[in-house]
Amino acid sequence: MIIEFTLNNEKVKMDVEPTMRVLDLLRNDLGMSSVKEGCGEGECGACVILVDGRAMNSCMLPAGAIVNRSIVTLEGFKHTEQFKVIEAGLLKAGSVQCGFCTPGFVMAIESLLNQNPDPTDEEIKEGLSGNLCRCTGYNMIIKGVRLAIEKGAGLW
Amino acid sequence: MKESISTSVLRVDSRKKIRGEAEYISDWKFENMLYAKTVRSTKAKAKITAIKLPDIPKDYYVVDRNDVPGVNRMRTVVSDHPIFAEEDVQYIGQPILLVVGPDREIIYKIVSQIEIKYQEEEALFTLEEAEKRSTVFTDYNYKKSDPKKAFEQAVRIIEDEYSTGYQEHVYLEPQGIAAEYKDDTLFVYGSMQCPFYVKNALLETMALPEEKIRVVQTVTGGAFGGKEEFPSLNGCHVAVATHKTRQPVVMIYDRDEDILCSTKRHPSITRFKAGLDEYDQIIALDIDVLLNAGAYNGLSPVVLQRAIFSATNVYNIEHLNVRGRNFMTNLVPSGAYRGFGAPQTIFGIEMMFQDIALILGIDPLEYKMRHLLKQNDPTCTGGSIHEEVKMKEIVQKAVEQSDYYNKLKTNKKYQGIGISLFLHGCGFTGKGETLIKGKIILQKNKDVVILKVSSVEMGQGAETVLPKIVAHTLDIPIEKVIYETVDTGLIPDSGPTVASRTTMIVGGLLRECALEMKARWDEAETFEVSKIYKHPDFLHWDDDTFHGDAYPVHSWGANVAEVEIDPITYELTIKKITAVFDVGVPIDERALIGQMQGGIVQGIGWATIEVMKTANGKLIQKNLTDYKIPTSMDVPGIDCDFVLNPYEFGPFGAKCAGELSFVGSPPAVAAAVENALGKPIKDIPITPEMLMEIDNDH
Repeated sequence: MIIEFTLNNEKVKMDVEPTMRVLDLLRNDLGMSSVKEGCGEGECGACVILVDGRAMNSCMLPAGAIVNRSIVTLEGFKHTEQFKVIEAGLLKAGSVQCGFCTPGFVMAIESLLNQNPDPTDEEIKEGLSGNLCRCTGYNMIIKGVRLAIEKGAGLW
Repeated sequence: MKESISTSVLRVDSRKKIRGEAEYISDWKFENMLYAKTVRSTKAKAKITAIKLPDIPKDYYVVDRNDVPGVNRMRTVVSDHPIFAEEDVQYIGQPILLVVGPDREIIYKIVSQIEIKYQEEEALFTLEEAEKRSTVFTDYNYKKSDPKKAFEQAVRIIEDEYSTGYQEHVYLEPQGIAAEYKDDTLFVYGSMQCPFYVKNALLETMALPEEKIRVVQTVTGGAFGGKEEFPSLNGCHVAVATHKTRQPVVMIYDRDEDILCSTKRHPSITRFKAGLDEYDQIIALDIDVLLNAGAYNGLSPVVLQRAIFSATNVYNIEHLNVRGRNFMTNLVPSGAYRGFGAPQTIFGIEMMFQDIALILGIDPLEYKMRHLLKQNDPTCTGGSIHEEVKMKEIVQKAVEQSDYYNKLKTNKKYQGIGISLFLHGCGFTGKGETLIKGKIILQKNKDVVILKVSSVEMGQGAETVLPKIVAHTLDIPIEKVIYETVDTGLIPDSGPTVASRTTMIVGGLLRECALEMKARWDEAETFEVSKIYKHPDFLHWDDDTFHGDAYPVHSWGANVAEVEIDPITYELTIKKITAVFDVGVPIDERALIGQMQGGIVQGIGWATIEVMKTANGKLIQKNLTDYKIPTSMDVPGIDCDFVLNPYEFGPFGAKCAGELSFVGSPPAVAAAVENALGKPIKDIPITPEMLMEIDNDH
């Protein structure tokens, strides 16, 4: 079927199998390699993208479900002010180790702050609980989000 | 004044990772590339009687043992794992053949049409069955002093047994590897810890001369031991496939396949018999360690060595009889995982001390402190503790910062606090370092310095910490130190990225090179300094008798865990971890805290929610829906502190750290649970079901 959607603010029109995973569509057909496959069943969050501003696991999303919706991946998001603030927070807190989960975390943080610009630590933990990290033990990621919130007051 | 080496710098690799620009092997594209999918055994033990292939379309290939140009065995410590199965299969998931071609959908279709006929044989799965049937791969034993006589003299003997389960690494990036020929040189690229292990495996399996093989490590999304020996197997798979097809071949596992066939932490049983004198002091220990190695021995003998050499932990026991056995079962091979056998035995002995103290009515921490090793004491293998032991200071800090004794007194039922003491032997076991003879090169090229080592960045921070050691020594900015691509064609073999040896051993060599380069800096615009590792002269080790210094030095630590148990659901919540470590001198405090917190949380996972069991040789937990690792909701606040204790032979005084982080939290959590319920904990993982049973068992 022919589907239309926006990807990082640009219109895309393509012919796809409606059951194809959005993860494959983005990685294989559109070159969005920041979207990672960690589990393929919606458990790890490495493939999180924004669909109309909200975090979703692209491995669980069929292509037919994104018709006329706005998709944002890190390739687009990294040019925003919000990204710069999140990046600075993660850098300073030492939130990154192997990095495979990081793009998914960045998108999940953006989604969390979109919905709740001033979360408590418990709300940050809950907001990021769909993203697995095996390296850090999460404390330093939560600290990174905290630093981003302090630095980016008013952005969300 | 120059900043301290411990002052944190920004990680060299973090910006590209945050921007999603780091290229993992699954992001690589090759011209005319083919994909590969492995067809695996569905039987735990069987003879293969027939393989029926469908018609294979043009441009698609089946690759099996007949295509292997050299030896059909994966080279490692014991080279017993076939690259592709031959007449028989020994575990579910064992690789039999590959289907290779340009379109993954068509590959899957071909795979689904392949029929393999088996003649099944009786298989065995558990350590108990394996012990009964004596399927022993490796049987080690060592003694200290006169255990027989000591047990005769003991006034009291206490015996107990502790067990630990599987653990899956769950590096977020699944295994991935690729191969291609460039002219007539074979290149293998992938997510790995030990490029020279892969190269050495390829030398035998591909029967190519040394100069015709290059192995290149790609950005590695976590490893924890899971990418130590395993990439030698999938590396040989893609190499054979590219040899047959003469096209680049890429093989990326999905999570289910990764869990099914990759190595895991050895399930274990550790039995203790303790002989006590009239003052309740443990004078003799008989320790029996059983590891479930799975279907092939592979790396398991060296895992078993670390397990038995760590079995007395931080304690000085005069008389010892220690036995360790690796058992063959028809399960996926167990292998390297952070701690390498030591977490299993250290869990056992920490719980044994706790339990004996409770039987005797003595405070467990006080009882442990009575047995503590100190400088110049003999180690369990008759070597010597050469370094100053700062355990008293470590324990004091952990106790004060956690308010341990006050909470121990005031905790109500279902609230608990527990402490663990532990060490980790730094670097390879025994004569490992003297066999590897790690070599490194430092090259001055005008105003930049190129660092050539085979240590890989896999998340732990090597790409930052090693250049930092060089930059700090030479007084140049870290940006002026370039980490050469880890490509076996460009770098010397400085050994694998394992055994917490990177900072201490490879970093130590870099520090020596940098000091020499500094002295000779004005000699020329470009020149090279190279060093080969030399074991300090005062260390002695006999590999036949297991006598001497099993490790050059140890890192030490104490963890305090605080827990709460829901009295209705028995759900266990870890409230807080207080951790104090002696890793010599931290090379980068923030990077180090990241390592320590990550290791602590992996340890908590292993001790609590990470349940992995088998039924008839099949893993019951086969994906991340069934196999749970901690999420942000499961982790407590973690306070990390360090006691400085510079090591003469480490760079800036650094010792080992990466594995030490894992060892302490499992026994600390278990001790806290004991405290909460007032009942002993002998097995991990600790599940709510288990807690309910223990609590209701009167």
